[in-house]
Amino acid sequence: MSMNQTSNRTLHEKLIFEHSRPGRGARGQWPRAESPGAGVPQNLRRTQRALLPEVSELDVVRHFTRLSQLNFSIDTHFYPLGSCTMKYNPKACNAAALLPGFLGRHPLAPVRHGQGFLSCMFELQEMLKAVTGMRGVALSPLAGAHGEFAGVAMIRAYHRARADPARNEIIVPEAAHGTNPATATMCGCVAREVAVGSDGDVDLEALRAAVGPKTAGIMLTNPSTLGVFERRIEEVARIVHHAGGLLYYDGANLNAILGKVRPGDMGFDVIHMNLHKTFSTPHGGGGPGAGAVGVSARLLPFLPLPIVGRESDGSYRWLDQKDLPQSIGRLTGFGGNAGVLLRAYVYMRMLGREGMHRVGEFATLNANYLSVQLQKAGYEAAFPQRRASHEFILTLRRLAQQYGVTAMDVAKRLLDLGFHAPTTYFPLLISECLLIEPTESESKETLDAFVRAMAQILREAREDAEHLHRAPYTMPVRRLDDVRAAKELDLVYQRPAG
Amino acid sequence: MPFIPHTDDDVREMLAVIGVPSIETLFEEIPAGLRVQSLAEVPEGLSELEVMQLMTERAHADGRPKCFIGAGAYEHHIPAAVWSTVTRGEFYSAYTPYQAEASQGTLQTIYEYQTMMASLTGMQVSNASLYDGATAVAEASLMAVRANRRSKSARILLPRSLHPHYRDVTLASASNQGLKFEELPYDRATGQLAPGALSGLDGQDITALVIQQPNFLGVMEEVDALTDWAHAHGALVVAVVNPISLALLKPPGQWGAKGADIAVGDGQPLGCPLSSGGPYFGFMTTRMEHVRQMPGRIVGRTVDLDGRPGFTLTLQAREQHIRRAKATSNICTNQGLLMMAGTVYLSLMGAEGMERVAAASMARTEQLAQLLTAIGGVRRTFSHPVFHEIVLSLDRPVAAVLAALAERDIQGGLDLTEYYPELGNALLVCATETKSQLDIEAYARAMTEALRAVRAA
Amino acid sequence: MSNIPTDLKYARTHEWLRTLSDGNVEVGISDHAQAALGDLVFVQLPDVGRAVAAGDACAVVESVKAASDLYAPVAGHVVAINEALSKEPELINQDPYGRGWVMRLKPDGATAGLLSAADYQKVADESEG
Repeated sequence: MSMNQTSNRTLHEKLIFEHSRPGRGARGQWPRAESPGAGVPQNLRRTQRALLPEVSELDVVRHFTRLSQLNFSIDTHFYPLGSCTMKYNPKACNAAALLPGFLGRHPLAPVRHGQGFLSCMFELQEMLKAVTGMRGVALSPLAGAHGEFAGVAMIRAYHRARADPARNEIIVPEAAHGTNPATATMCGCVAREVAVGSDGDVDLEALRAAVGPKTAGIMLTNPSTLGVFERRIEEVARIVHHAGGLLYYDGANLNAILGKVRPGDMGFDVIHMNLHKTFSTPHGGGGPGAGAVGVSARLLPFLPLPIVGRESDGSYRWLDQKDLPQSIGRLTGFGGNAGVLLRAYVYMRMLGREGMHRVGEFATLNANYLSVQLQKAGYEAAFPQRRASHEFILTLRRLAQQYGVTAMDVAKRLLDLGFHAPTTYFPLLISECLLIEPTESESKETLDAFVRAMAQILREAREDAEHLHRAPYTMPVRRLDDVRAAKELDLVYQRPAG
Repeated sequence: MPFIPHTDDDVREMLAVIGVPSIETLFEEIPAGLRVQSLAEVPEGLSELEVMQLMTERAHADGRPKCFIGAGAYEHHIPAAVWSTVTRGEFYSAYTPYQAEASQGTLQTIYEYQTMMASLTGMQVSNASLYDGATAVAEASLMAVRANRRSKSARILLPRSLHPHYRDVTLASASNQGLKFEELPYDRATGQLAPGALSGLDGQDITALVIQQPNFLGVMEEVDALTDWAHAHGALVVAVVNPISLALLKPPGQWGAKGADIAVGDGQPLGCPLSSGGPYFGFMTTRMEHVRQMPGRIVGRTVDLDGRPGFTLTLQAREQHIRRAKATSNICTNQGLLMMAGTVYLSLMGAEGMERVAAASMARTEQLAQLLTAIGGVRRTFSHPVFHEIVLSLDRPVAAVLAALAERDIQGGLDLTEYYPELGNALLVCATETKSQLDIEAYARAMTEALRAVRAA
Repeated sequence: MSNIPTDLKYARTHEWLRTLSDGNVEVGISDHAQAALGDLVFVQLPDVGRAVAAGDACAVVESVKAASDLYAPVAGHVVAINEALSKEPELINQDPYGRGWVMRLKPDGATAGLLSAADYQKVADESEG
C-alpha cells in the first residue's frame, strides 16, 4: 500500500454563499408558485429573506462533492481511533434502511402499517439482549451520551422507588470518558472519582473507601479506557452491590468482548451500547448515533419509552406509560434514530451468532498484533505487561523528553502519510498518549503499512524534530490557530457590505 | 465470515509475531467463568442477498399509504441531490471533525449550516445540531437557567399547546436538575395561548417562557405580545419553530421589541425523510451574548500556519471532553449527517424555494380543510389562522374513522383524543406540497365514506 | 519554575489575594495556573455587588483546552471587576499579578486559611507532576 504524499494544498473551496448570484436557483426542485391561501396575518409575516444561497443545482453538487474530497473517512483511510471503533460501514445496511417502505413511514402511523418495521425493532431488542446478557433493552436513546443519561436516570429512579433518595453519588474512575461525570451532573447526581492503579485496574482499596450509603452506583467500562480488561470486575461488582449501589456499563468498548463476555454476566445492572461503534452504523461526520440501553431484571420497570412489545397473536406494538408506569419517561421526540437502528439490525443479521464471536476475536487479534509491532518499532506501550483488548495505549513521554516531539506532532504527521491519527490525549491519566484501535475490519497489510508510517515518524523525530512540529504539510490546511478561533469568534459568514 | 479480511495464513503469521498459540490465549486475562459459551438466541448469519430479501419483504409489508399526519414530522419533497451527496463515503463514514486538517469538508459544511440557521431564525449564532426538536427544548430550558442570571426560580412556562412529546422529553430530561415546569392553558376558541394565562404571573420570578410557533395545534401565536411580556417580566424567551414556516413567518430574532433569546426546533423538514421517526436533527440558535452557554459543537473560521482560512471546532472548553462534570451538556455525538442533508437542502431550495414549499403546504392544508369541513360532521376546532396543520372536530370517535380511512389506504392524521381529552373527538391533519389536488379530493371522498361506515356500525 | 510573589497570599485552588490600602482585597490566578491553562481566550467576570462565600465559584477563565472556575478566597462582596479582561483575556497570561487582576472584594471577615508564598510553592510543585 502506497503512502499518500501528494499534496492537497491546492484544494480549496469557497463558501456556498460566495457562489451565489441573485436570481439563480435550483428551479427544478421548487413547487410552482402559488398564494398561501388565507396567508399569514400581516403582523406575523417575514419581511426580509434569510441569507440562503442562490445557486444552481450543479453549483450545489459540485460544491459539496469538492468539500467531501477534503475529508478523511473510513471509505478512504485507516482510522485507528481508540474508543471510536471505526470499522467498515456495510453498504447493505444503508440500502436496507433506504427501502421506500421504511424511509417514507411516518413515526405516528398506525402500527398496522408498521409490522415490518416493528418486527425489525423487536428482533434488534432481542439480539442485543442476547449478546449483552441483559433482560430488557430500549432502543430510543439517540447517542451514547443519551444512553448514559437514561442509564443513570434509571439508577436514580430505582433508588427513589426503594425510598432511598439520599443515594446521589456516582463513582467514576479517574480515567473515565468526559461524558460520564457530565451525565452524573445532568441527572442531579455528584460525580465522585476513584483512583486507578498503575496496572490499569480500578484501585479496590480506594473503591471500598468511596462506597457507602450515598452511593447510587458506579460507571465503568470494561475493557477500561486504558485498553485493558478490568480483571477483578466480579470483586468490583460485589463491593458496589454490597454497599447498595448499582453497576453501570459504558459500552464504548463493547467491540473488544462482543461474543466473548457479556456485561450482564459480569454483574452490570444497566448498560448503554453505541450502535455507531460496535454495530457499525456510520459516524456521519458527527452522528447520528444510537445509544440503546440494556437492563437487568431490577431495572426493567424503569426503561425509557417507547419500546416495542409483542402481543400473544405475534403482532407488534409500541409499549407506553400504561405498560410501564414506572418508566423514566420519554427521552426522544419519536421512537429513536430508526434509520440507524435498521442499519444495526441488518449488520447483526449478517453477522449472525458466529459473526458476533469473531468480532471480539479479530478486533483483539489486530490490536495485539499492532501493539507488538509498534513496540518492536521503538514505541513505548503504557501497559506493556498487559494484553491489549481491542485497543491499546502508547505513551510518547520519552519522545517528548528526548526530542520534544509530542503526541500531537505524531498525529499531524500521520495525516501526511495517509492515515487518520489515533485518539490523542485521552485517557487524561497517561501523558502524551495515543489510544489505538484498529478494529476487526482491517487487513494485516493495512496494519503493516501503519507500522511503517509510525517507524518513519520515529526516524524523523530523531533526525529532524522541527519538521514534525509543523506537520502536516500536504493537507488542505496546515495546523490551525485555535486560540484565534476561540478569541476572535467567526461563527457565521457575514455578507460583505455594499 | 462477512467483513473480516483475515486468511488463515494471516492469522498464523500474526499469532507468531504476538507470540501466542491461538486467539483464545489473548483472552486469558478474562476469568474463565465469565466467558460466553454460545449465543444460541442469536440467529445464524445471512448473506447480503438473504438479508436484502428479508428487508425488502418487510418494507413492502408496510405499504405506501397516503400520509396526512404531521405532528412534528413532515413529508416534503427531498431533492435527489441531497442524499446522493450526503451518502458519499467521505461524508457518511467520516468521524467527528476533531482532527481539523483531515475534516475540512465536514467543518466547512457545518460553518455554512450555522450561517443558514442563524439567518433563518433571525439570530446571531448556531450550534452544529442537537439530537432532535424535543431534546432541544430540554437543552434550551437548561440553557435559559444558566443564561438568565437575574432569575433564581428556575421556573419555566410551557404552553399546553407545545408538542406533547417535546413536553414529556423536557420534563424527563431536565427535572432532575432542579427546573420547575408549569403549564399555560390555550384558549378553547382560538387555539392560541390564553391571554389571561400570563396575567396571573405578574410580579413573580419566571426564568423563561417557551413559545411554539406555529403551536402543536397548528395555530399561529401572537409572538410579539408574548415576547414583550416575557422580557418585561425578566424572563427569557425560548422559541420553538418549524424551519419551513420561517420562510413566511417572522423569525424568532424579530419577535417583540428585542427578539427571542434562544430558538430551537426540529430540522427534519429540511431534507430528512420521515423514516419511522429518525434520525432527524435538533437545531439551536441564539444571540452572541449567550454563545458560551450554548451546548453542542460549534465551528469557527480561523487561519492556518500559512495564513490560509480554515475551519475548526471551537469553544470546546464548554463541552464534556474538557469541562467534564461542569459541561453545558453531556452531548458528544450529535446528528451530523442529517445537519449536512439540511444544509444541502437549504442550498438547493434557497429562500424562494422555501417560500414556495411553505406557501404550497399552507394552500393544500387550507383546501383540504375546506373540502373536509364541507362534509357533515366535520368542523374546524379553532378560529385562528393556522400554518400547514389544522385540528378538526368530528362527530364520531376519531379512532374508528382513522381505521376506516386506513382501509382505504389513507393515514388521515393524528388522533388527539388521548393527548387533549378536553377537545373530544379531535383530529390533527396536515397536507404539504407533496399532496396533489387529486390526493386531497381522494381524501375527502374517503372521509365521506368512512364517516358513513362508522355511523352505520 | 513559576513566579510566586512573597507579598501575596494564596489559596490551594491557585488564586492569589492582595490586601489593598482601602481594606479591600484584589484577586487573580497564579502564574502557575495561567501557564497550565495556556493562552486564555475568555474570562467570565462576576457581577459587581454580588455577595460571595469563601470557596464560591465566581468567575471562569477559559483557554482552548480548559475552562476553570475561579473560587473566592474569602467571603465578601464584589466591588470591582477588571473590565479590560473582556477585550484582552491574555493580560492574565502576560501579567497575572498585575494587569491581570480579576476582581476586588470587600471582605466580610477575616482572611484566614490562606497560604503563604512558601506553602503555595509546595501546592504548585505537587500539581506539577
